[in-house]
Amino acid sequence: MEVISLLVTPVLLFGTWLTGSLLERRHLESLRLLESGSRDVLAITIEDVPPEWTVESCELVIGNVVISQDYFKRFAAAMKGIVGGRIGVYEPLLERARREALLRMKGVAHARGYNTIINVRIETSPLARSRGDGKGTAGVEIMAFGTAIDVDYATRLQMTGTSA
Amino acid sequence: MIISNTQEIPGKSIIEFFGVVSGSTVRAKHIGSDIGAALKNVVGGELKGYTELLTEARGEAIRRMSRQAEEQGANAIVNVRFATSSVAQGAAELFAYGTAVRVE
Repeated sequence: MEVISLLVTPVLLFGTWLTGSLLERRHLESLRLLESGSRDVLAITIEDVPPEWTVESCELVIGNVVISQDYFKRFAAAMKGIVGGRIGVYEPLLERARREALLRMKGVAHARGYNTIINVRIETSPLARSRGDGKGTAGVEIMAFGTAIDVDYATRLQMTGTSA
Repeated sequence: MIISNTQEIPGKSIIEFFGVVSGSTVRAKHIGSDIGAALKNVVGGELKGYTELLTEARGEAIRRMSRQAEEQGANAIVNVRFATSSVAQGAAELFAYGTAVRVE
């Protein structure tokens, strides 16, 4: 019995290290694929529309994703937390989530017939842990939002020089 | 109702201000999606149940904000902001606010 309970943590750590890195690799691949196809929607953080752009309609668009870290990386981060410094394992997770949220926002704009998103903002909020002792599930929500507008393609091309 | 997070509605000019309008909703997670999320929390990745929950809840907050603006006679909301706060274990408040205006 004792041997089994001693083995649980290493097995769980190894298992989640495998699944976690597999899921991460797959997600990065899908992001690369989708980002190459999303070049027709231009997202900018600037609020003012250049005067030569004529805008017919506009709409708020939102893209969000709730993401969580795997057990192995949380363990690694906790270990790193003892000595302090940069927690490298969390950086790719948040970066992936932000790219995903931006893509989803662009997808919404594209589906509704808009080609440009202005005043883009990205917000990060941690979700509460489900148990009182601070354990249980928790995730981080990344939300990207902006105002989708439809701009004449030729006019926009003059401003940006590229299609994206 | 035109909703935008910019200070002005692009291509239109504001003729009247009505003040701040807001909408909020507090949501708790469903037990089923919570179990799924607990498993997903071990292997990592997207918690789809939570993503959908928050999308739906934020839509509700925006609808409430729009209704408030409509009651005042506005036809647009500018400078919309969002805030998410954890009010209790497993529950989150989604809050949307902006300025109700009338545009031409």
